[in-house]
Amino acid sequence: MPSMEDALILARAQFGINIGFHILFPAITIALAWYLVAFRIAYQRTRNPEWLATYRLWVKIFALTFTMGVVTGVVMSFQFGTNWPRYMTTVGAIAGPLLAYEVLTAFFLEATFLGVMLFGMNRVPDWVHIASALLVAFGTTVSAFWILALNSWMQTPAGHVFADGQWVAASWMGVIFNPSFPYRFTHMMLASGLTTSFVIAGLSAWRLLRAPSDGGAAKTMRAGLVTAAVLIPIQIFVGDQHGLDTLEHQPAKIAAMEAIWHTERGVPLVLFAIPDEARGRNDYSIELPYGASLILRHRADAQLQGLDAFGKDHPPVAPVFFAFRAMVGVGVLMLVVSWWGTWATRRRRAAPRWMLWMLALFTFAGWVATDAGWIVTEIGRQPWLVTGVLRTADAAGDISPAQLGASLTGYILTYTMMFVAYIVVLTHIAGAGAGDKPAPAGGPGGAAIAKATE
Amino acid sequence: MDLPLIFMVLMGVSVLAYVVLDGYDLGVGMLMPAATGEEQSVMVSSIGPFWDANETWLVLGIGILLTAFPIALAPVLGGLYLPVVAMLVGLMLRGVAFDFRIKAQGWHRELWNWLFWAGSFLASFCQGLMLGRYITGFASGFGYWMFAVLVGASLCGGYVLLGATWLILKTEGDLQRKAIVWARWGLAWVGLGVALVSIATPMVSETVRDKWFDFPRTLGVMVLPAATLAAGFALWVATAAVKRGEARSDWRPFGAAVAIFTLAFAGLAYSLFPYVVIDRLTIWEAAAHPTALRALLVGAAIVLPFIVGYTILSYRIFRGKAKGGLYD
Repeated sequence: MPSMEDALILARAQFGINIGFHILFPAITIALAWYLVAFRIAYQRTRNPEWLATYRLWVKIFALTFTMGVVTGVVMSFQFGTNWPRYMTTVGAIAGPLLAYEVLTAFFLEATFLGVMLFGMNRVPDWVHIASALLVAFGTTVSAFWILALNSWMQTPAGHVFADGQWVAASWMGVIFNPSFPYRFTHMMLASGLTTSFVIAGLSAWRLLRAPSDGGAAKTMRAGLVTAAVLIPIQIFVGDQHGLDTLEHQPAKIAAMEAIWHTERGVPLVLFAIPDEARGRNDYSIELPYGASLILRHRADAQLQGLDAFGKDHPPVAPVFFAFRAMVGVGVLMLVVSWWGTWATRRRRAAPRWMLWMLALFTFAGWVATDAGWIVTEIGRQPWLVTGVLRTADAAGDISPAQLGASLTGYILTYTMMFVAYIVVLTHIAGAGAGDKPAPAGGPGGAAIAKATE
Repeated sequence: MDLPLIFMVLMGVSVLAYVVLDGYDLGVGMLMPAATGEEQSVMVSSIGPFWDANETWLVLGIGILLTAFPIALAPVLGGLYLPVVAMLVGLMLRGVAFDFRIKAQGWHRELWNWLFWAGSFLASFCQGLMLGRYITGFASGFGYWMFAVLVGASLCGGYVLLGATWLILKTEGDLQRKAIVWARWGLAWVGLGVALVSIATPMVSETVRDKWFDFPRTLGVMVLPAATLAAGFALWVATAAVKRGEARSDWRPFGAAVAIFTLAFAGLAYSLFPYVVIDRLTIWEAAAHPTALRALLVGAAIVLPFIVGYTILSYRIFRGKAKGGLYD
C-alpha cells in the first residue's frame, strides 16, 4: 500500500529532522555547563572581575542554547508517541522507564537550578550559586547518560527477555550497560567538548575580527583551541574503539560505512567512491589496499563480512558511507585547525586575520561532525529500530500522510526560523560592544579563561 | 498493589501541576499585549526563573503516559495529532521568544514580543482544544468540534485568570491594578468553561451521566460544583481586598484560582475514571508490563520528593515582587 510507505517515510523524515536539529543544542550545553562551573569557581577563588564577566556572558549563551534544546526536546518526547506508538507497545517496558528516569533525574534539576544560575546570583549565598551551576552541569550529563543508554540499547540490545507478548527487562544493569553504551557515551561527551571548544574559539575569533585589541577574546580563543587540540586525539582513539565494538555487534553497519559489498579477505579501505546500491558495487573508487582489514582487524589478510552476508537486512549504503566520511573528514580538519591555531598563538602571539576568519568559519564544525556521526549510527541501524528485535516499519502508527506532511511543514518552518534567530543572536552577543572601548572586560570568555590554560 | 491506579494518580498530579504552573506563565504571555513596554519587562521577569521547570511537568506527564499506558498512545495521540503538533509549535515559539526578545531591538523586539504572545495563545488554545476532543472521546461532527473550540477559548480564559492572579501576587502599583481587572475577566471565562464542560460531559457518555445523576450519589458529588462556586466567589472577594490594599492578601486570588483548577480537575477525574479513553479503554487495559511500572515507581518514589523540595526552594529564593530588567 503506497500510502503506508509514504506515512513511514514522512514519520521517519519528521523524527530524523527533529532529532538532528535537537542534538545540536545539547552538543553545546553538556560541555558548556562544565565550563561554566569552572568559570564560576575561578571567580570565587580569585575575585577577578574578568572571570565574572566571562561567566555572565557565557551563561547567557548557555541559557539560549538550553532553551533551544528544551523546546525541541519536548517535541521529541511527544513524537515518540505520535510517530512510533508501536515502539512503546513492543519495547516500551524498557524504553519507557529509561526516558522517564531522564525526566525525573535530569530535566527538573537542570530547569530549576538554571533559574538560580541565571537570576539568583544576588539572592543566594555564593555556595548555593556554585552548587546550582554544579547541579545544572550534573543534570546535563545525567540526561545524556539516560538517553544514550536507551539509544545504545536500541543499537546493541542486552538484558531483555520476551514475556507476555512484549520485550521486558530481565536485568536493568544489562539493559543500561549494554555493549555499545560505554563507547557511545564517551564518544558523545567528547563530541560535546569539541563542539563547545570550537564554538568558544570561533565566537572569540569573530569578536577579534571586530575588536582586534580585545585581549580577553584572544585568550579565550586560545583556551578553546588548546582544549580542542587535546581532546581530538582522544576522540580519534575512542572513535576507533567504538568502531571495533560496532564491528562485533553490528557488522552490517560497518559494511555499509566502508561500502564492503562482498565478504572477503584483505579488504581494501575505500577512501572515496559512489556506492551503487542496485548493482552492489562501488564506482570511481579510490582504495588503499588491505586498509579496511588492517583498521578493523589489525591484520592485512583478515576477513570482513560484506553486505551480501546480511541478505536484505542491511542499511542503505550511500547515506551511511558518505556521512561517515563527512564526520571523519570534518574531524581531521578540526584536528589540523586546532593544532595549527594552537601553534600560531603560542606565547601570546596574535593570530593573523586569515586565521581568525578560518576559526570563525569553523565555529560550528562540531555540529557537522556530530550530526554526521548520528546519521551514520541511526541510518546504519536500519532496517531495525531495535537491532534484531523490532523493525522501524513495524513501529509506525496510523497517522495519515496528509497530517504528517502538514505537521512536517510546520516543524520545518519553525525550526528554520529558530535556527536563523539563534545564529544571529549568538554572533550579535559575541560582537556586542566591540567598538565601544579598546578592551571591554571579558569578551566572549574574557581574559580569565585563558589563565587556566596558560 | 494496584500499579496502574498509582500511575493514573501520578499522571493526574503531573498534568494538574503542569496546568496550574505553566498555566500561569502562559497566561502572563497572553496578557503581554495589554501592558506597556515597561510592564512587559516586569511580567517577563516574574516568570523568568520558573517557566522552564513548569513546562517540565508536561514532559513528565507525557513520559508517564508513554511508559505506564502505552496502549493508550495510538488512540489518544492519534486522535489529538494536529492539536498536539500546533501546541508544540506554540510552546517552541513561546520558549525561544523568551530569550530572543531580550537580545533584540527595534522591530525585531516587537516581532518576538508578538511571537511570545502568539506562542502562548496557540499553546493554551490547543490544550483546551485537546481537552474538548478528549472528553468527547474524539467524536467527529461539527458540533463536537465547536464544543472543543469553546473549551479551547475557555482554557485561554482560565490561564489568563492564573496569569493575572500570579501578577497580583508578584507585582505592585499600576500593573497590579490592571491585573485585578484581567483576573475578573478571566474568572468570567472560567465560569463559562467549567459550566460548558460540566454540561457536555454527561451528555456525551452515559457512564458519566450515571456517576453524576445517580441518586443518592448526586448529593455527595454536588460538593464539587458547590466548592468551585465558593472558590470563584472567594477569588472575587480577594481581588477586592487587594484593591483596597489590605496587607498580606496578595496571594489569595492566586490561591483561589488554583483551587478552582484543582476542583475542576477533580470533577473531570471523577467523570472519566477509570477510563483512559472514555467508554473504550480503562487504565488497567492500557497499562504497561508490571516490570516497567515497578521500575518507574522506584525512581518516582525516590526522586519526586527531591523535585518537590527544590521546586519549593526555587520559589522561596525568588519570592517577593518582581522587578523589570531581570535579564539585562
